[in-house]
This record gives sequence, structure tokens and C-alpha cells, in this order.
Amino acid sequence: MFDGISTQLLFGQVLIGLINGSFYAMLSLGLAIIFGLMSVVNFAHGAQYMLGAFIAWGLLNYLGVPYWGALFIAPVVVGAFGLVMERLILRPIQNLDHLYSLLATFAAVLIIEGLVRQEFGSTGLPYNSPLPGGVNLGFMFMPWYRLWVVVFSIVVCFGTYILIEHTKLGAYLRAANERPEIVESFGINVPRMISLTYAFGVGLAGLGGVLAAPIYQVSPSMGSNLMIVIFAVVVIGGMGSILGAILTGYLIGIVEGLTKVFYPEAANLVIFVIMIFALILRPNGLFSGKEGYK
Amino acid sequence: MTRTLWLGLLLVALIAAPLAIYPVLLMSILCFVIFASSFNLLLGYAGLLCFGHAMFFGTAAYVAGYLLKTYGVSVEVALIAGTLLSAAMGYVVGIISVRRSGIQFAMITLAISQFVYFLLLQAEFTGGEDGMQRIPRSTLFGIFDVSDHMAFYYVTLTVAVLAVAFFYRVVHSPFGEILRAIRDNEPRVESLGFRPERYKILAMTLSAGLAGLAGALKAMVFQFATLTDVSWPISAEVILMTLLGGLGTLTGPMLGAGIVILMNDELAQFGEWALIAQGVILLLVIIFFRRGVVGELSALWRRLRPSPDQNQDRG
Repeated sequence: MFDGISTQLLFGQVLIGLINGSFYAMLSLGLAIIFGLMSVVNFAHGAQYMLGAFIAWGLLNYLGVPYWGALFIAPVVVGAFGLVMERLILRPIQNLDHLYSLLATFAAVLIIEGLVRQEFGSTGLPYNSPLPGGVNLGFMFMPWYRLWVVVFSIVVCFGTYILIEHTKLGAYLRAANERPEIVESFGINVPRMISLTYAFGVGLAGLGGVLAAPIYQVSPSMGSNLMIVIFAVVVIGGMGSILGAILTGYLIGIVEGLTKVFYPEAANLVIFVIMIFALILRPNGLFSGKEGYK
Repeated sequence: MTRTLWLGLLLVALIAAPLAIYPVLLMSILCFVIFASSFNLLLGYAGLLCFGHAMFFGTAAYVAGYLLKTYGVSVEVALIAGTLLSAAMGYVVGIISVRRSGIQFAMITLAISQFVYFLLLQAEFTGGEDGMQRIPRSTLFGIFDVSDHMAFYYVTLTVAVLAVAFFYRVVHSPFGEILRAIRDNEPRVESLGFRPERYKILAMTLSAGLAGLAGALKAMVFQFATLTDVSWPISAEVILMTLLGGLGTLTGPMLGAGIVILMNDELAQFGEWALIAQGVILLLVIIFFRRGVVGELSALWRRLRPSPDQNQDRG
């Protein structure tokens, strides 16, 4: 079965799959957090990820701030941008049908992407890897930066998971989604908590963008193509399930990598095929424990 | 009576229009009038946000183009084939996506449309990145030559009028009533003994068929079909048309189609600003004018001229 497929190729593609999976996991995690608390599907998540990458690029090229600085600054800037967005376009429509918040954040994508493309053009900008070189593992060559991305994303994803599912803060967040009036009666400012949660989820997208900058080209459309895949990942994992979003993200990345080895023509399609089968076989999502949580 | 008069005047204006305005621009508006109506049927009447409506539009454009180029079929055959194929696609997509409601329906349809996009990108007959060029306008019914813009304008106009009449019939039928009831209160409809899923799937089928008709027509109007026709910006454009014109109003989305096409035409020379303007308009409509142009105007009209039935809000 492995005839003609070198281990070099196999592990190389699995690694690429794991890298892609890291971004799928981080982005669908942010999407799941925002959805869980606000019932908003943040269509702008991809655009905010793209902004993170552009801010990292701008910090390096205009201000000389290196990657490690951007790793902290860019998510904060993107998160602050999220605060403004929440205030200006999500709060006025928060009591309407959730389709409107999907459409409003989508309109924001058109504006953000259009402005960035107007300023920087559609071609990608290069961003040099802050960790050049790598290590030869015998069966494959492992670039340091890719190893860093995989490890760091796992730390971020599971750290966030623990924060939300196993701390008091996370309990407040989950309670505010189900019974905001009761949580408010405890003296907690729910609207502010919602704003900060949105900013946090958006900041995660920005962080993903910085991580992505040295791997993919920094380009205005880097977010919107990814966004559709992320939607499929979230649908497969079950909306609102944080652990489901993380695990499905990595899983889908690896499956996509393996498809590139064994059946390259279907590599673009495999995620959507999995989504269709998941919808037919597990209509509520692979990891959804709660019935009707939407 | 006055309504018949207005409709008559509109028809006369449409028949005379190509004497004053470039026919291809008019035909493009008419295609999008059909497309926007098909989208309105889903979102405005059934409350289903299909975020990948371009898959029906674009696939039908390729199929019609392929039949015309390869087999030289006549115009009406290409139109019917595009419509039927898209309707079948709508049926299948419906079965898969109505399993989740509301916002997830939107995400699933978007993902499926991306799947269709990649399929068509890799399929041989579509010409991949280059698209399908020089699609001939063959004869109508195998007899009439409709290859020049003027003649084809009247074919397009006839098809558009028939499509709009069909749309009108559907939304004013008992079926249309049930769709509206599902939009407003799905559990209630279910408790009355109807099965909402079936109605949603049928609505998807009809809407996809109309979108396919629009796409097949578009392939003949511009004489090419490209991946742009299946891509999400087209899905976004039809959403903008519908919301801008007035969601769930009969004429709103058609007016919205006209406005957006003319706006794109005007802004085409300014590069990215066309897309940015679309985003800004969509955002303004969502936050401030959710009834759209036609909805706001008719609300204004009702306020200025109080009539006995002014309490009936929904029109």
C-alpha cells in the first residue's frame, strides 16, 4: 500500500496537516467561545486573523518590532478592534434574529478585506521565519518554527479550554449565556463580560494571524478562504462545543494532510465531504453532548 | 385597477428600454432580478439564509454553456437543462442542510457551495481557472435567430417575466403561506400536522431551480461562464440585493438587483471600492433600515396616508 509513497512525504504531509490543524483549532475555538456566549457566528473571524498577520508585518516593517513582540502586541490590537466592532455593529442588533449578526460581521469582512486590499494589493507579502533552520529527525526534517507553532497552539487551545470549562470565570461565562438576568443579579456586569469575551475570541484570531505570518503569505484573502473551512470544522464538531472545536480542528487538519498523500485531487474537498457525512450520520455534531444547544 | 395600469406601463417601459440603455446591462439586471427573487423565496418567505446560492447560479451557467458549446442545443433546451439540474442540486443540498436550522443552515450551505466550487475548479469541462469562453447563442426553438443583443434582450425579458410570475404564484399559494408560517413559528406548524422539513426542502428545490434559470440565462447573455459565478462574492451580492431592496417584499429584491448592478457598473473603475461600498451599504441596511428600500417606502406611504387597513403591518 505504501508503494511509491516515501515516509518523507507521508510525515511531511502529516506535519503540514498538523500545522493547518493548529490554525483550524485556534480559529474554531475562538468562534465557539463567541458563539457560546453571544450566539453570534462571527463571520469576521477570518478577517481578524488576517489583520493579526498584517499587524505583525506592519510592526516588523514600519516599527522594527520583531516577531516575539508582535506575538503579544498584535492580538491585543486586534482584540481592541474587536471591542470597537462589538460596540458599533453587534450591540445595536443583539436582540434580533442571529442571522443579522452573521450578516453584519460578514459586511465587516467586505469592508476590512477591501480596505486592506486597496492599501496593500492582493499579492502576498513575505514574512521571514523568526526561527530559521530545523532538526533532522531521521525520517523527516522538522523546521523549528513549525514545531513551535504546533506546540504553542496546543498550549493556547488547551489553556483556553481549561480556563472556560474548569474555572470560576468560565462558569460565569457559561451561566451568562443561559441566564443573563440571574448572573446580573449577582452583581456581574454581563454586557461588559460579553464585550470582553468577544474581544478575547477575536484576539485569539489575531494571535493565529501572527503565528501564520511566517508560514503562509500575508495576504488580504488569507482569512476568507480559511473561514469557510472553519465553518465546516465547527459544524462537524458541533456548535458551541469548545473541546469539540479543538479536537475537530486538529483531526481535520491531519485528515486533510493524509488525503494529500493518498489522493491529492480530493485534498480540497475532503473537509466538506466529511461535513456532509457528519451531518447525515451525526446531525447534532460529533462532540455535542447537549441536545438543542444553539 | 391602478395596479394593472402600473404593470402595463412597466412592461411598456421594459420593452422600450433597450432603445435607450445598453441591452447587455439591462439583461444582466434581469438575470439578477430572477436570481434575487429566488433568494428572496428562501430567506424572505421561508426564513432560510442560504449563504451559498451562487452554487446553483454558477453550476447552471456551466451546464447551459457546455450544452450550447458541445451539442449546439437550442436556447430553451439549455435554459430548461440548467434549471432542472440546479433544482435537483437544491433538493440534495436541502436534504443535507435542513438538518440544522437557523444560523447553521447558513454555514452549511456556504461550505457546500465551496465544495461545489472546488469540484468545478477541477472538472475538465469547465475550463478550470480560465472558465468557459465564447458560449454561442444558438437559435430559439431551433428556428429563430436570437444572436444579436436586441433580439436576445426580448428572450431574456420574456424569461424574466415568466420567472417573476412563477415566483408570485408560489408565494401566494397555500404552499407559500405554510413557508411563511414556518418562518414565523416552526413548532406551531409542526404541531398542526405539517412536516416543516419537507416544505423547506421543496422551497430549496424551487429556489435553486430559479437560481439555475438565472445562471443559465446569464451564461448566454455574457457568453461566458467562470468560477466567479460559483464563488461566495456572488452569494454575497444576492444577499445584499435582497436586504437592500426589502426582505420578504415582492418587488424589493428585484429593485435591489437593479441598484446593485448599476452601482457595480459605476464603481467598476474604482477597484476595491465597489466591494467596500457593498459592505458599508449592507451594514447600514442591517443596523438602520432592515425593511429595505421597498419596505421603508411602503411603511412611509402607510404613515402618510392612513387607510382603514393600516393596522395590517405585514404586506
